[in-house]
Amino acid sequence: MTMVCHRPEGLDQLEALTNFNKRELQVLYRGFKNECPSGVVNEETFKQIYSQFFPHGDASTYAHYLFNAFDTAQSGSIKFEDFVTALSTLLRGSITEKLQWTFNLYDINRDGYINKEEMTDIVRAIYDMMGKYTYPVLKNDAPKQHVDAFFQKMDKNRDGVVTLDEFILSCQEDENIMRSLQLFENVI
Amino acid sequence: MAAGVATWLPFARAAAVGWLPLAKKTMPKPPVDNSSRSDEILYVNVSGVRFQTWKNTLDRYPDTLLGSSEKEFFYNEDTQEYFFDRDPEMFRHILNFYRTGKLHYPRHECIQAFDEELAFYGIVPEIIGDCCMEEYRDRKKENQERLAEDTEANEAMDAPLPPHSTPRERLWRAFENPHTSTMALVFYYVTGFFIAVSVIANVVETVPCRPLKGSVKDLPCGEKYQLAFFCMDTACVLIFTFEYLMRLFAAPSRCKFMRSVMSVIDVVAIMPYYIGLVMPENEDVSGAFVTLRVFRVFRIFKFSRHSQGLRILGYTLKSCASELGFLLFSLTMAIIIFATVMFYAEKGTKGSTFTSIPASFWYTIVTMTTLGYGDMVPNTIAGKIFGSICSLSGVLVIALPVPVIVSNFSRIYHQNQRADKMRAQQKVRLARIRMAKKGTTNAFLQYKEDRALGDRDSDSTALCVKNRSAFEHQHHHLLHCLEKTTNHEFTDEMTYSELCMTESVGFRTSRSTSLSSQQGAQNNSTGCCPRRARRRAAMRLANSTVSVSRGSVQELDTLHMKITAIPPQTRSSLNAQLEDLKLNCGEQDFSAAIISIPTPPANTPEESLPPSPAPIPGILRNTRATAYTHDKIKVSSL
Repeated sequence: MTMVCHRPEGLDQLEALTNFNKRELQVLYRGFKNECPSGVVNEETFKQIYSQFFPHGDASTYAHYLFNAFDTAQSGSIKFEDFVTALSTLLRGSITEKLQWTFNLYDINRDGYINKEEMTDIVRAIYDMMGKYTYPVLKNDAPKQHVDAFFQKMDKNRDGVVTLDEFILSCQEDENIMRSLQLFENVI
Repeated sequence: MAAGVATWLPFARAAAVGWLPLAKKTMPKPPVDNSSRSDEILYVNVSGVRFQTWKNTLDRYPDTLLGSSEKEFFYNEDTQEYFFDRDPEMFRHILNFYRTGKLHYPRHECIQAFDEELAFYGIVPEIIGDCCMEEYRDRKKENQERLAEDTEANEAMDAPLPPHSTPRERLWRAFENPHTSTMALVFYYVTGFFIAVSVIANVVETVPCRPLKGSVKDLPCGEKYQLAFFCMDTACVLIFTFEYLMRLFAAPSRCKFMRSVMSVIDVVAIMPYYIGLVMPENEDVSGAFVTLRVFRVFRIFKFSRHSQGLRILGYTLKSCASELGFLLFSLTMAIIIFATVMFYAEKGTKGSTFTSIPASFWYTIVTMTTLGYGDMVPNTIAGKIFGSICSLSGVLVIALPVPVIVSNFSRIYHQNQRADKMRAQQKVRLARIRMAKKGTTNAFLQYKEDRALGDRDSDSTALCVKNRSAFEHQHHHLLHCLEKTTNHEFTDEMTYSELCMTESVGFRTSRSTSLSSQQGAQNNSTGCCPRRARRRAAMRLANSTVSVSRGSVQELDTLHMKITAIPPQTRSSLNAQLEDLKLNCGEQDFSAAIISIPTPPANTPEESLPPSPAPIPGILRNTRATAYTHDKIKVSSL
């Protein structure tokens, strides 16, 4: 039985690549290695892990999109470098970088545009995580309404797709989003 | 929740950034993390054992964790050592590998734990030394078999039906697990009974009965009562055919089903009857037909569906195929040798029964199996000598593979017993797991209630808020962010079903009708709550009529006046129990808290649907809830 084993690059290189210092990288790696001795996370494991945080509903679809967003090389597995670079962007990156990451998450087929179908898939996946027992009761077209509202706000030139620039611009105009983006910086 | 999950929580929270552009509300503030984050080292006593070794020793195997630069991740500069939070007992073996070059498997350790350690340190199990390799392999195989069985038992047997199963799936389950429904059980016993009847009929019809009048010879019962036996046979075959066709229809994979052993037995059991029906009555063919009737005895194999012991026997024979093959082969060899010898030894004798070598086969077999019928006996001295050697060796050859077969049977039998025990305990396990899961969901709902109370006044938080770990704080914050993103809130099952129920009851406030006409225009989804629009209006209305300010009992009373749907006993019980509620929390603001949970500052009151609960169902639920739990207040927040 072959064992896939991946070892990350040296601590120094990773420190240079990301916005974490050595100590933080050590902490992150220890946790990562403990959970995944082989050094990589495949999609199944990822889905299981993510689902544990959302026991009410079904987190697997969203976890799939999240997995693809983390797995920048589309290799089918997340290595520690992918993990830590994404975390660095999300937690220590600039506003633009965070928004860019989010754009990549929404842009499922990586064509540079978010269209309504992609957005509907993402929103539906998020709603799936809520589960069945919600207040107010989830209607079938709640995702669609949400997507429509989103496009209303983001699609400036009304061409049916949202580009990266439109996205960043619209988000920067929204105070709520800007404020919320600061919230997650002390997660580590 | 598993402790290991705590590692992933930061990443899950970071990933929540992806929800931000979608969120309709602002995110809640994250919990303040007072604990110092310098807890990189987890202090576990187990790992306090200190090992010392040369660097060269570790460098011998550069493709493992300890031999490569990966261990730098575990370096602790304060104490100038590498710290691993692993089992020190196991680590001893790992380190010995570096020292001696041979990896040993400690027999008293669990095989899975050992495998996990090896995986962590990047050591391939294949390099286990020869002294320990066999033990390792055996235990690994045993473990894997057991796991495979467990998963099979999990998914196959007593799991509750998936909610949306077609009749076909239900039928299949009824066939495979007769004890799941009474119908299936009845069918099971009926088929068993008919198998028995069929077999007994087959046996009895050959017994000689008293002869017909006017005849001397004894007649087999089958010919005397031909019609009766024929009818019985037809009935049995009809039942079997029906059963087979049902199984074929219900089987998830028909090809696989048709190739399975039981299905073949079924077919073989019923085919002779049908062939007999279509067979013409002429002489030559009916001889073959008689032979076919022999196959009817295969019906007895249908009992193996009903008897687990038979199935075990079948598995045993299947798993001992190699031993049986060896037995057969060695016996054949011995038979040929001894038959040849006996033939030539007895060749000269007059009137010898050893007419040819194949004829001597019979003698050899009977002798080797120590049967000794005595129909063929050697007469010459040489023949007698070789005959005795034959019988002695026969005992040896047959005795050798038998213990292997017996041990296989015992192993499979014990495995089956374990499987039965597991099944019985499974229910308890599942219930426990379900409770633990509910605990997590309940914890979050509890957190929401407590948060509601806490926002009112810091004093009441001390009373009503339970102690929570930092991990739980952060996890609840994450769930809260999800709620804000989707603009829906988590509730529990009870509340949800109440929601649906109260909507069907139909609230009728005076002003709601006008609103409902507006709302009625938008009939969105069907779902289980068709009157949602009207209810929404009622809630909005109720919220606006009831002031958000701190209320008193009177306010609740006035609220009740508007509601006509609440049955009188609830109202009185509510009034009666309000005292209890107020006393329990010792805070007069509690009643207001029932009415409306304060919205986060970013929300304005004219939000279309405030996340606060509707007071009406809230109160309804409150009464019911207090009826359930008298020791603590349970306001399930809506």
